[in-house]
Amino acid sequence: MRRLLALISLLTVAGCAGPATGGTGTVPRSSDDGLTGTVTVFAAASLTDVFTTLGAQLERDNPQLTVQFNFAGSSALAAQLVQGAPADVFASANPQQMAVVTEAGLAAAEPAVFAGNVLEIAVPAGNPAGVTGLADFADPDLTLALCAADVPCGAAASAVFADAGITPRPDTEEEDVKAALTKVQLGEVDAALVYATDVRAAGADVEGIPFPQAEREVNEYPICALAAAPAPAGARAFVDLVTSDAGRSALVAAGFRAP
Amino acid sequence: MRAIRRRDGGVPLPLLVPAVLGTAFLVLPLVGLVVRAPWSGIAPQLARPEVGSALRLSLLSATAATAASLLLGVPIAWVLARSRIRGRSVLRALVTVPLVLPPVVGGVALFLVLGRQGILGRPLFEQLGVTIPFTTAAVVIAETFVAMPFLVISVEGALRAADARFEDAAATLGADRWTTFRRVTLPLVAPGVAAGAVLCWARALGEFGATITFAGNFPGTTQTMPLAVYLALQRDPEAAIVLSLVLLAVSLGTLLLLRDRWLGRSTAG
Repeated sequence: MRRLLALISLLTVAGCAGPATGGTGTVPRSSDDGLTGTVTVFAAASLTDVFTTLGAQLERDNPQLTVQFNFAGSSALAAQLVQGAPADVFASANPQQMAVVTEAGLAAAEPAVFAGNVLEIAVPAGNPAGVTGLADFADPDLTLALCAADVPCGAAASAVFADAGITPRPDTEEEDVKAALTKVQLGEVDAALVYATDVRAAGADVEGIPFPQAEREVNEYPICALAAAPAPAGARAFVDLVTSDAGRSALVAAGFRAP
Repeated sequence: MRAIRRRDGGVPLPLLVPAVLGTAFLVLPLVGLVVRAPWSGIAPQLARPEVGSALRLSLLSATAATAASLLLGVPIAWVLARSRIRGRSVLRALVTVPLVLPPVVGGVALFLVLGRQGILGRPLFEQLGVTIPFTTAAVVIAETFVAMPFLVISVEGALRAADARFEDAAATLGADRWTTFRRVTLPLVAPGVAAGAVLCWARALGEFGATITFAGNFPGTTQTMPLAVYLALQRDPEAAIVLSLVLLAVSLGTLLLLRDRWLGRSTAG
């Protein structure tokens, strides 16, 4: 049952990335110098939990401000931005997708790397298949999920396997890291390669197995305000918060590496 | 003479204008795909082996899903339209749930029943060693789940519109209900069944959410065209456009061909 509830909450987070709080009109305290309006943040799916927390903090500090999120795969977000989706901030799970946005001339400033993430093996609670390390991904008898090579977690996985000289035999190549994690949470795969932060966020249903080769493929997360931001001041405030000491400690608590 | 001409060509203006607008609304995105397609680079895209395997898998699984839907869906439609059992409206609401369910949720629901940890899937796995997810069978199951309601609704509509007096006559002449169904009802609603099957096939061919969730994505086994298009979009939007056009061309071609074959030129227009 807990597994089902966790899954439903995961789907809810993935499905409705709407504003975390209601309108700004009901705020009793007036603050003349606080930020107002709505900041729209496009962020990689792996940032869902920590950014939601940071967004709520920014809203507490600026009662007239609403922070809303669009969490999805970085490449989907980059494509949406290039197609003209209105947003103030973009946080990507890898430099390549940030480059898509900067090369389109959409960034307001040079992107800043604010976090790093390493891959970890995720197995269902209790590790029923007895997975011990990266080499198990070559076992044809196990049911295994990887991210597709087209998305960042899949690109990182390919690099890690090439580095380790292992030819993986996945049963499915998932469209994003949360989809791979869902299959572990449901117990439908014996193991998946996801980010350390995803394992942390999944709670008790998922166990993580770190592996030494992961350290050589630290995935860097860049963030930048966007040139066409409807709320430039709010955009700067959010980027500043993420790159501040407070932002850094929230990221580290969620399992990210400091840049 | 005037009456004949009006029947032939005249469309009243209040119908013509929205019909033209509606057609433009439906067709313009397709025009966008055709205009933006990288026509010079189309051949190397098509030559990639995974394109052929994805297309073959899509056609196979959509056809299998349509066959399964016919086998299971026509009887459901008959029960809904002709039987007098209680709770038919509840039954109708239940079988049309997949129409309103986001397909990704449908995929998760299929896991909870047929997955390795699922209600039925667990005994299958533990007793027989059979796993359904991540197989081509899972693709067919996911597509059937999403597409069958389209067939049920179409066939039920055809059955309700069909003249029940033919069935009454057959019964009067001594035919039992099964014979009546086979010899009278089914031929009577054949065009409705064909239309429902076409709708079902088209929906199955384009299915994405339930398939990628329940069957996963692996080239050759579970990667259908919509999945290939989605993943190509992550890497190379032009390749995604080419793949979309291939899927569109094949599905439109098939539908036009079948329409002529099944429904006859007179009704197909």
